[in-house]
Amino acid sequence: MQTVIKGKVWKYGDDINTDVIFPGKYTYTVNDPAEMGEHAMEDLDPDFAANVQQNDVILAGKNFGCGSSREQAAVCLKVKGVGAIIASTFSRIYFRNGVNVGMPLITNRDAYDHFEHGDSIEIDFEKGEIRGEKGTFKFPPFNEFFFGIIDAGGLIPYTRKRIQEENR
Amino acid sequence: MSAMTIAEKILAQHSGKESVSPGDLLFAKVDRILGTDVTASLSIQVFKDMGAEKVFDPSLLVLVNDHFVPAKDIQAAQLSKNMRQFAHEQGVDAYFEVGRSGICHSIVPDQGLVKPGDLLVGADSHTCTYGAVGALATGVGSTDMAAAWALGELWFRVPSTIRVEVTGKLKPFVGAKDVILHVISKLGVDGALYKVLEFHGDTIEAMNIDERITISNMAVEAGAKSGIIPSDEITLTYMKEVGVHDAQLLDADPDAHYDSVLRVDVSDLKPQVAKPYLPSNAVDVDEVVGQQLEQVVIGSCTNGRVSDFEVAWRLLQGKKVHPSTRLLIIPSTREIFQQLMANGWANDFVEAGAVITPSTCGPCIGGHMGVLAEEETGLYTTNRNFVGRNGHPTSKVFLSGPAVAAVSAIRGKITNPEVMF
Repeated sequence: MQTVIKGKVWKYGDDINTDVIFPGKYTYTVNDPAEMGEHAMEDLDPDFAANVQQNDVILAGKNFGCGSSREQAAVCLKVKGVGAIIASTFSRIYFRNGVNVGMPLITNRDAYDHFEHGDSIEIDFEKGEIRGEKGTFKFPPFNEFFFGIIDAGGLIPYTRKRIQEENR
Repeated sequence: MSAMTIAEKILAQHSGKESVSPGDLLFAKVDRILGTDVTASLSIQVFKDMGAEKVFDPSLLVLVNDHFVPAKDIQAAQLSKNMRQFAHEQGVDAYFEVGRSGICHSIVPDQGLVKPGDLLVGADSHTCTYGAVGALATGVGSTDMAAAWALGELWFRVPSTIRVEVTGKLKPFVGAKDVILHVISKLGVDGALYKVLEFHGDTIEAMNIDERITISNMAVEAGAKSGIIPSDEITLTYMKEVGVHDAQLLDADPDAHYDSVLRVDVSDLKPQVAKPYLPSNAVDVDEVVGQQLEQVVIGSCTNGRVSDFEVAWRLLQGKKVHPSTRLLIIPSTREIFQQLMANGWANDFVEAGAVITPSTCGPCIGGHMGVLAEEETGLYTTNRNFVGRNGHPTSKVFLSGPAVAAVSAIRGKITNPEVMF
């Protein structure tokens, strides 16, 4: 995993729920992760899926990912190349799902107050810093365990890797 | 070493650290991993996808048939079959078959599978129940459970803790369920999101394990990761009864840091009822008396223990269930059912017109054995009353403790036991 990423901010509000991140109507019909990405944020921001770039960052207010436990809501953002999600707070299930699919999640309130849609920012996971023209904001650095899961691409590949190492 | 809450102590100990702070991300060893017939199958698939063949340690696994048992239909039968095969292949001793099983959150403590200071995960949201005996226990998803099976550990984010101080002697007909419904109404359904509730105060200290189970069980209804009660002499006595002789006293450090402190005086608390469609909608029973009821359910992982049935039996013995109301009694385990029979209560319930069902989650999840029809209204001693949870989307469920449930079954409408007796 890159320890520093640079990208543009996609800013949204509070209580962004899993239905607008990945509409429930697709949960029964779409199984291919790449296709999930095409519906990412569809009901909130129709421009998102077509324009988001590798390592762009989602910046949101409180309770990001509230609602359903569907893992697709984390997968669809990851396959579109989102480099991290910064939110004032995350719903508990979304936080677990996000880490389990290998998406870096950062809990930070200050970034939301200072950065706007389209701003360029840099995230340093090792130092625990969000940097941009409007300031530098700290978060608890990702420790090696957490890096391990993100780096492997999620909890399933991480566990697979550890099982292989133990069998060696 | 900094002062820690109970949850912080448990996470530090299980991750080999001197101390931890809220927000820390860590891997911690788990003492037990609970799966049920509805969640184990998914995890078995993920476990295989991970390339895992053997679980890390079969003695960590607990597998319980409780949600759709006895098998509701072919699909449910297949789910149980998958879990049964997996338990056999992996050499899991703590596999609980229909007839020798029960509702998982009574099985785990009563079989001595959890003790104070343990860290436990389960693929069921009410896993938080084991906080009643001083354990940190929380619900996880199927991927998490599969990883825990394979590795014997799982990642956690250290939660902050809200200290809840409950004081005062409860009035007659007021019990643990009324207390926790009242606390949740103060916190709101997301008032403890990602946090742990740590319960203190003389009201909690006076409660037996059955009552503490009711308290901890509903912590998740305020969004909490877990609801922990310090272990004391009552806990240690119970642990000995279930065959655990190495249980320890466990409490927070005196100067531990809390996210906030909620103080609740329950000396004047009235019996509580949570209105549809949220467990946080608790009001004094007087505000909803007279509400017609088609079905009353006494049971579930929240209120399905001997103490709960004793409260209900005292009010129901010699009485009749109202002709337009159905009363379902669900003993949580075989042993609890045997106790009901030994005490003669089972016969009195049946005489009154109740049906005693097998130990199952059925009606609580609208699964089977007592699902509500269109526009029907129920009063349940269960933990959730969301839209559609207990049957048709237009059905409604009020939540209460066993005392209100018992007298309401007799009258066929929501009734305040203080007025009836």
